[in-house]
Amino acid sequence: MSATSPAPLLRVENLTKHFPITAGFFVKREVGRVRAVDDVSFHIAQGETLGLVGESGCGKSTTGRLVLRLIEPTSGKVEIEGRDILSSTPAEMRELRKGMQIVFQDPYSSLNPRMTVEEIILEPLYVQGARPGPEMTRRARKLLETVGLSPNHVVRYPHEFSGGQRQRIGIARALAPQPRFVVCDEAVSALDVSVQAQIVNLLQDLQEEFRLSYLFIAHDLAVVKHISDRVAVMYLGKIVEQADKASLYASPRHPYTQALLASIPVPNPRLRRPRARLTGDVPSAMAPPAGCRFNTRCPHATDLCRTVEPPAIEAAPGHVVACHHVASIPAVSPLAPQR
Amino acid sequence: MAAQPLLSVRNLRTVFGTMQGDVTAVDDVSFDVVPGEVLGIVGESGSGKSVTALSIMGLLPQPPGRVAGGEILFEGRDLLKLPKSEMRRMRGSAIGMIFQEPMTSLNPVFTIGDQITETIRVHERIGAAAARVRGIEMLEKVGIPSPQRRIDDFPHQLSGGMRQRVMIAMALSCSPKLLLADEPTTALDVTIQAQILDLLRDLQREMGMAIVIITHNMGVIAEFADRVAVMYAGRIAEEGPVGRIFDAPTHPYTAGLLSSTPDLIGEVPRLRTIPGTLPSLYELPPGCRFAPRCGRRVEACEAGRPATQEIAPGHFAACIRAREGASA
Repeated sequence: MSATSPAPLLRVENLTKHFPITAGFFVKREVGRVRAVDDVSFHIAQGETLGLVGESGCGKSTTGRLVLRLIEPTSGKVEIEGRDILSSTPAEMRELRKGMQIVFQDPYSSLNPRMTVEEIILEPLYVQGARPGPEMTRRARKLLETVGLSPNHVVRYPHEFSGGQRQRIGIARALAPQPRFVVCDEAVSALDVSVQAQIVNLLQDLQEEFRLSYLFIAHDLAVVKHISDRVAVMYLGKIVEQADKASLYASPRHPYTQALLASIPVPNPRLRRPRARLTGDVPSAMAPPAGCRFNTRCPHATDLCRTVEPPAIEAAPGHVVACHHVASIPAVSPLAPQR
Repeated sequence: MAAQPLLSVRNLRTVFGTMQGDVTAVDDVSFDVVPGEVLGIVGESGSGKSVTALSIMGLLPQPPGRVAGGEILFEGRDLLKLPKSEMRRMRGSAIGMIFQEPMTSLNPVFTIGDQITETIRVHERIGAAAARVRGIEMLEKVGIPSPQRRIDDFPHQLSGGMRQRVMIAMALSCSPKLLLADEPTTALDVTIQAQILDLLRDLQREMGMAIVIITHNMGVIAEFADRVAVMYAGRIAEEGPVGRIFDAPTHPYTAGLLSSTPDLIGEVPRLRTIPGTLPSLYELPPGCRFAPRCGRRVEACEAGRPATQEIAPGHFAACIRAREGASA
């Protein structure tokens, strides 16, 4: 698989973002830190989709924004096609941004209601210095066709479209500068299932046509399984497990991944099953537990887990797990046994 | 159906008055709920599932909403004909309801205890101290740790999952016979959703109540419901036992909904989709409302509203081609 491919398109190493919490009105002083993303590493090959899953507040969206340098990381390294993003000057950054785009979750608030579809789609190009003209209009019409809308819609405004159609406009905008890498941040989460399927298929078609690489951020494990080549699971700012999708879903190794898979209601009444449930809530990212961050909810936790942070271990080729007890926890999928 | 229905909705029609005229959000919807069973109502946004629940509870925003026709029989009495004061007594004691948003359905300026004892004391003549004891019992029942302490917390001190537990405790504090749960887990993370669904199922068995659960999530339906009603554009497209709906859907919309849901277990190279989008309630197609998106459409579909047929005992579909069996 991609683990063996020579040079990944995107390489992320030890990426960390701590948001300071300040108090005081005139003189701000730091009273704490939210460890939103902590020492996260992954890579994405050309034409590959990495799914990034986790529950709310786990840092998956922050990771997506850090990778595009929409927010400045506290530390770490992000390379796209071998070029270091974080040390680039603003001018270099503008050039690099052509190659990396983002599709947002909310198709309602991510499109400016006062702009026509043409203006929305072409804005990334105008930012890059392009000038409006008939050639640009042609380009906007072509892009609309690419995402499955009528080219004549260029003159319309966002309110004239349904949620699914707006998401197509958001995708057209992301495609305008001909990127090689697109972050899809919960890009299909707000859509009804019949429309969601249309957009998922569109994203797959576009990937094939333009050899795009996706970082597909979502909380829905079924959608992520469908669209991804590899999947990384985040919990409280850390990647706890990362593998190609077949092994992640068939033989998850981290107790959190196992619990997550066991929690999903499966649309098949014959697979109703009593299952081990995670108890409790996710701890606050302001004061994450010492040792393994999952230890407060983990059925296998020992004293070691409560004191020492588990290193990421390659449990099988390409299958990385951050758990002290990975060798002793059986790799059973909660989805597999019932037939 | 053997047992006498607890709730029987007959030909319910709910309309909203708007600047562009009336729109019918729920159009001629009928279903029964027998004591102790779980009915799932599933549909996409705008299908009318929440408006159905609000109509039953008498909680429609009026105006613009109003029930324009039909009956809602609860233990044989038509809720639509009850005087306001009696309906108010009914809500909370005989019929409980929980909503999607655990953040907004609790009052932020009162403690959990204030809100739960208020519910109890509105419906039962008991003193403040006794109500507090009951409140603590209920919080314990829904799995809130150290309820004696938590009862004096304000909503903002609790997590989303805990707030939904408090909502459930309030809804069940007077042991209703029927619980309406409108997207009770949609705002929650998947591990918390699993906890809440387990809790609801345990309480349902323990208290023997019936539940109507409204959701867009086919997985929640498959795990939780005994029977399912699939709604589309204000009407019930198909209704039946959960096993049959998932194994042998006869309405093309049900089949489409199921095959466009990504599967955790199987592997398909490409998702099936339902082309197009939901019709606007202002310009509904004349015949079957699903016809414009339906792959099995024939001319007769556009002629008039398809009659609801009984395909198998307890399995109904509003599709003229339902008997041919669904081509997946």
